[in-house]
Amino acid sequence: MTPTLQVFLIVSAALFSIGLLAALSRRHAIFILIGIEMMLTAANLNFIAFWRFSPPAQQPVGVMIAIFSIAIAAAEAAVGLAMVIAVYRHYRTTNVDQLDQLKG
Amino acid sequence: MSWIIDHLWLIPAVPFAASLVILSLSKLRRKSAVVLAITGQVVALAMSVLAFLLTLQTQGFRVIQNFTWFTFGEQTLRLGFVLDPLAVAMLVMISLVGLCIFVFSVGYMAEDKNFTRFFAYMSFFSGAMLGLVIANSLLLLFIFWELVGLASYLLIGFWIERPSAAAAAKKAFITTRIGDMGFFLGMLWLYNRSGTLLFYDGGNGCLESAGLALLGASATFIALLIFCGAVGKSGQFPLHVWLPDAMEGPTPVSALIHAATMVAAGVFLVARVYPLFSLGAINGVTSSLTVVVWIGVTTALMAALIAIAQADIKRILAYSTVSQLGLMMVSLGVGGVAAGIMHLLAHGFFKALLFLGAGSVIHGCHGEQDIRKMGGLRRFMPVTFMTYAVGMMALSGVPIFFSGGWTKEEILHATAHWPPSHVPYYLILVGVVLTALYMTRQIIYVFFGNPRAAAERAHESPRVMTMPLIVLAFGAILLSAVLTPAWPWLHGYLAGEPTYVDVARLIQPMLFVSLALVSAGVGVGFWIYRKAGTQDGGRPAEVDPLEYAQPALFRFLANKMWIDELYARTVISFSWMAARFSDWMDRYFWDGLVRGFGAIGQLFGIFTTSVDEHGINAGVDETTAGARGLGRVMSTAHSGQIQTYLGAIAIGMLALLLLYAWLA
Repeated sequence: MTPTLQVFLIVSAALFSIGLLAALSRRHAIFILIGIEMMLTAANLNFIAFWRFSPPAQQPVGVMIAIFSIAIAAAEAAVGLAMVIAVYRHYRTTNVDQLDQLKG
Repeated sequence: MSWIIDHLWLIPAVPFAASLVILSLSKLRRKSAVVLAITGQVVALAMSVLAFLLTLQTQGFRVIQNFTWFTFGEQTLRLGFVLDPLAVAMLVMISLVGLCIFVFSVGYMAEDKNFTRFFAYMSFFSGAMLGLVIANSLLLLFIFWELVGLASYLLIGFWIERPSAAAAAKKAFITTRIGDMGFFLGMLWLYNRSGTLLFYDGGNGCLESAGLALLGASATFIALLIFCGAVGKSGQFPLHVWLPDAMEGPTPVSALIHAATMVAAGVFLVARVYPLFSLGAINGVTSSLTVVVWIGVTTALMAALIAIAQADIKRILAYSTVSQLGLMMVSLGVGGVAAGIMHLLAHGFFKALLFLGAGSVIHGCHGEQDIRKMGGLRRFMPVTFMTYAVGMMALSGVPIFFSGGWTKEEILHATAHWPPSHVPYYLILVGVVLTALYMTRQIIYVFFGNPRAAAERAHESPRVMTMPLIVLAFGAILLSAVLTPAWPWLHGYLAGEPTYVDVARLIQPMLFVSLALVSAGVGVGFWIYRKAGTQDGGRPAEVDPLEYAQPALFRFLANKMWIDELYARTVISFSWMAARFSDWMDRYFWDGLVRGFGAIGQLFGIFTTSVDEHGINAGVDETTAGARGLGRVMSTAHSGQIQTYLGAIAIGMLALLLLYAWLA
């Protein structure tokens, strides 16, 4: 008994919302990164769900997009973590509330 | 030889050029200054003599050289030079007398530290005077007239550290200026009526028949206005007051300018524009000529009376000049133009001689000018005495040998036959007696008797000063050769008539009349003044015999008939009042107006400032405060917090999604 498309979309939307909530309300920089990763995952899930429930195509389009997205997420996570380390080295804090130099 | 006709302008130009060069020299180059001045004068004399020889060729010789100065619109202004017997005779006299005076000045001004400036000014004057006599246009003549007046001003006030000299120079210039106003008005009127200021212009000149015909009745007024200029320049009655004061200048200046030449310019002017005066003459009489006669005779008599009571050697000669000029005017007025000019020429010689002689006396007496402090100088200064005696006899009119006698006789002759009245003739006779009288007085005071005060250490002047005296004395005597009725060559030359020698004409009634008058004058003078300067009966030594006999009359004459004081009370005080009024107006009224306008401008400025300060500035301040407030409000959006920015993005995205869903 495979669930219907709507179930997948709801799960994906829930996952996206949780990710967004994490990105918006956590103080620690790495938690924000986790939230961003979750949002990316939710988007991946969306792609796969639509691919699965669409008529069979020649190429595995959804899968390819998901694989690209995961690769990019990984690269982006690396860069993000590198930036967090750089910021920590300079400001001695990972609390984004204290990183308000661009305040105007 | 005829190149001189084409180059007439050279005659005044050479002394002018000499003057300019001298002015550029330093004060120490005295020798160069003298050489330049005298060379200029010699060259002018040579050219004048050349011109004179040319004019002997024909009777009624007249050569014109006209040129255009500039054009304005359709009219052109033309000037020109003329060469005729009148001009040439004046040229020769001016350059010859000028040369003698220049040589004299080398000795007289030797100790003056402004030696070079003196010769520069004298050369300038010489050039201007020479130009005046050859001018063919009334305008050109006026230009030179003014230049001569300028030279006179500069030379009278030559000793700039003397306030009296400066005042005298100013007086001379202003008094002649009054005359020049009349001259200028006459010139304008003439130009208006006749359309040309050239005298001779191939038939169209203002002195030729075509030009004169255009004038009609205005000729009288024009002539009288031009005569005003002559009255000022020649020191005739109302405007004579500057001439005696002009004696403040150095004696060579008095000799050249105020005896021989510049004051003669007025007489020359009347002779030059004589056709204007004599237009419409009935029996040789017109109203303008009558005015000339009466003014001349008044001047002659008045000045002769004043001269009797003067004590300054130069003042006596100055008044004598005024008197003789009056005589010349009378002569011109009664129709004896040639006689008047002959007297002018002769007067130039012997008056210059007398002034230079006086200069020699002053030099010899170490600067003393009061005749009451001189005496017996004929022993100390023989050459000066002899030449002075020649001059005195020429002036008094001793006939036969001395030129002055012949010319005076001619004038008496002409005046005696004047139709309107015989009064001028009788007054002139009185004038002749007075002339002899005051000259005798002067010569007795200065040269005869016992030496007083300054004369005790007197010495004869150096040869550079006595030589010109001798030359002029000879000139005064030799000139009579061409003046005698036996051979009236000069009269014929000037009037354009042929002459012949006839010794019988030498004996004439007028000759005896004049001989009688002169003897009377000299005799009476000798009788009154023979003990002048020494004690005589109840009269103390320093009191003049005439003063002792008639003190009130003497004081009246000695104070120049109070004419200067009269002018000071009337004309001059009026000018002072006008000047003070103008000053008040300028200082308070016009200046007040200007300051008022300035205040209005200032008010405007104050108003603008306050509008700027309280209106515009305040508005701008409010606006900026508002902008700053708005900025403060808006900057709260720039919190620098990443999560705030993220939240904004999320909300925006949601809004877009909803919009998309709603639209689809």
